[in-house]
Amino acid sequence: MPVPDLLDKRLVIVTGKGGVGKTTVAVALGQRAAAEGKRTIVCEVASQENASRIFDHTAVGFHEVEMEENLWSISIDPDESMREYVLLQLKVRAMRDLLFRSRIFNYLAAATPGLKELVTIGKIWELAQLDRKVKQGRKYDLVIVDAPATGHGVGFLETPRTFAAIARVGPIHSQAQRLDAFITDQEQTGTAIVALPEEMPVNETAALEKDLRDEVGVAVDRIYLNGLYPERFSKPECARLTRLAEAEQGSVRAAARAALSEHERARSQRAQLARLRRRVEAPVKTLPFLFEPELGPEAARRLSRRLS
Amino acid sequence: MPELGEVLEGKEICICAGSGGVGKTTTSAAIATGMAASGLKVCVLTIDPAKRLADSLGLEELGNEARRIDPALFERQGVEMEGELWAMMLDPKATFDELIARQAPDEESRDRVLENRIYQQISNALAGSQEYMAMEKLFELHTEGDYDLLVLDTPPTRNALDFLDAPKRLTQFIEGRSLRVFMRPTGLAAKVAGRGTSVALGVLKRIVGFDLLADLAEFFNAFSGMIDGFQARAKRVNKLLGDPSTCFLVVCGPQGDPIDEAVYFHRKLVEAKLPFGGVIVNKVHYPAEKLRGDAVDLPAALAEKLEDADLAQRVAANFSDYQALAERDARNIDHLASELRASGVIRVPYLDEDVHDLAGLAEINRYLFATGEERVAMAAGRA
Repeated sequence: MPVPDLLDKRLVIVTGKGGVGKTTVAVALGQRAAAEGKRTIVCEVASQENASRIFDHTAVGFHEVEMEENLWSISIDPDESMREYVLLQLKVRAMRDLLFRSRIFNYLAAATPGLKELVTIGKIWELAQLDRKVKQGRKYDLVIVDAPATGHGVGFLETPRTFAAIARVGPIHSQAQRLDAFITDQEQTGTAIVALPEEMPVNETAALEKDLRDEVGVAVDRIYLNGLYPERFSKPECARLTRLAEAEQGSVRAAARAALSEHERARSQRAQLARLRRRVEAPVKTLPFLFEPELGPEAARRLSRRLS
Repeated sequence: MPELGEVLEGKEICICAGSGGVGKTTTSAAIATGMAASGLKVCVLTIDPAKRLADSLGLEELGNEARRIDPALFERQGVEMEGELWAMMLDPKATFDELIARQAPDEESRDRVLENRIYQQISNALAGSQEYMAMEKLFELHTEGDYDLLVLDTPPTRNALDFLDAPKRLTQFIEGRSLRVFMRPTGLAAKVAGRGTSVALGVLKRIVGFDLLADLAEFFNAFSGMIDGFQARAKRVNKLLGDPSTCFLVVCGPQGDPIDEAVYFHRKLVEAKLPFGGVIVNKVHYPAEKLRGDAVDLPAALAEKLEDADLAQRVAANFSDYQALAERDARNIDHLASELRASGVIRVPYLDEDVHDLAGLAEINRYLFATGEERVAMAAGRA
């Protein structure tokens, strides 16, 4: 059976190392899906609040906030997710109150390694359900996650598998197993890596694709190579500009030099693009460098048009 | 800002902190190279398994043991090594295991922890444990005293602050009154085993599962004998971080978000009374500042010289794009400098070539260790 296209899945995980533009790409993907008429929510994890910066600093908390038509955003707080999880598990109010007040519960909730990541993924799963567990939960066609920067990225996605192994039986075991099955199901969950056209990010992207496949069992659907410079000048033009830079002074010389610099970078980026394509299995799509001081919703929207 | 060589004069530890993707590893390697070149025995440590440091030093790989970098490699790049440069990659799991072995009162308690499945997770996955282990190794190497200077490339945490909080978070986790409650004979372990009658525990068992709860209880119990040792050690690590022979450098990029994080991080360092050395801003688009007053109609001047209106227009458009980025960078760096007041900012320009090898490292190194005037002259030569 053919794998559905990225935006036709239920969940898309956008990952990659820090500083590569993951949040912008996650928002742009969200805008793209929303423009296609899909009710979409972009989730941030670990209180980064980066998407709210893109949306002109509108504060996003642990609420589903509508940003644009068909596009919602939420910042997933692990403590709130934990609370919500318990509320859903224990229908009897007295029992919940007992638990929330209990020292053992509060201690374990704070101290158990990996639990925050597990409940975060649990909340992402819940958002992606057509039959929402949360009362009066909105139904989404697509959930997009701006995942934590790698280094931690594989560890984050591996959490359900780890918990399923630690808790051999019991409710945590079965829930962790369900989450793991969901994120490794190519029918339902897609993964995109965002990379930059530089030597080390290219190496790291290839390593990340391999780790996701071997350690988490996730096949990467697409790699976005972000920040690609345009090729504005041809080689013969550069020869002319080199002569100009040597002969002239002032702004003419500075402009000629800037053009030569750009040509160098664009060329080295093309070499990295070719190297990335040789080293990864997933298809690589390029996204242009945006010459703007700060990236806002309009910049993300321009990227979103390039994401087909 | 005084030159970097002066900032690091007499320092024994240099910690490079910052968010991901700002060139921290390259900067750490360039700093270590510069200080080794000046005659010190320097070791640069990274915890990042992404091979970045090995790549930038032209090595195949690095391990948990320090390796000396062949000075001939640098001489080929025009860097004379008067001292020694060593490099290593920390293995957080191995470091944590060693620490447990050192803190455990006896072999049995040691093995109980090392074999516990929760421990095996925490030592790899607990947020902050990598950062904590970096501090731990730094402390160990400093105590052994084999190097004049240790340069730490901190882990690529999204939030630079995670790293500062790491020792505290880890000790909070294994110490504290709440944990001791569970260590008592009537504590969690006993209750889980069924002797307790707590209703809350019954509810907890229902949603967590008996099995996992028993493992957790066993884990917390196994740790109980080590709490004091961990606390004492964490105290000594914190003392070392605050010592005047330690220097924190914040590494960032010129865009708004990394600059905001650098400002925030600087404030936190000051609040925590940790010794702040300065900020290094990488990949700066240097403005052609003198050109601002240049009243020449650039597209017209270019068209005249090039005799090609189309090319002239593209060259002018490219220049104006570049200038816009340069102006943004200058604004952001001014903001940074005003936030830091007296403390300074070192700018490293955005180089035409991607920096990932020794040649690139040598170039970054020249910028970092130049005096202020030299740096401006070098950048002007490029712009």
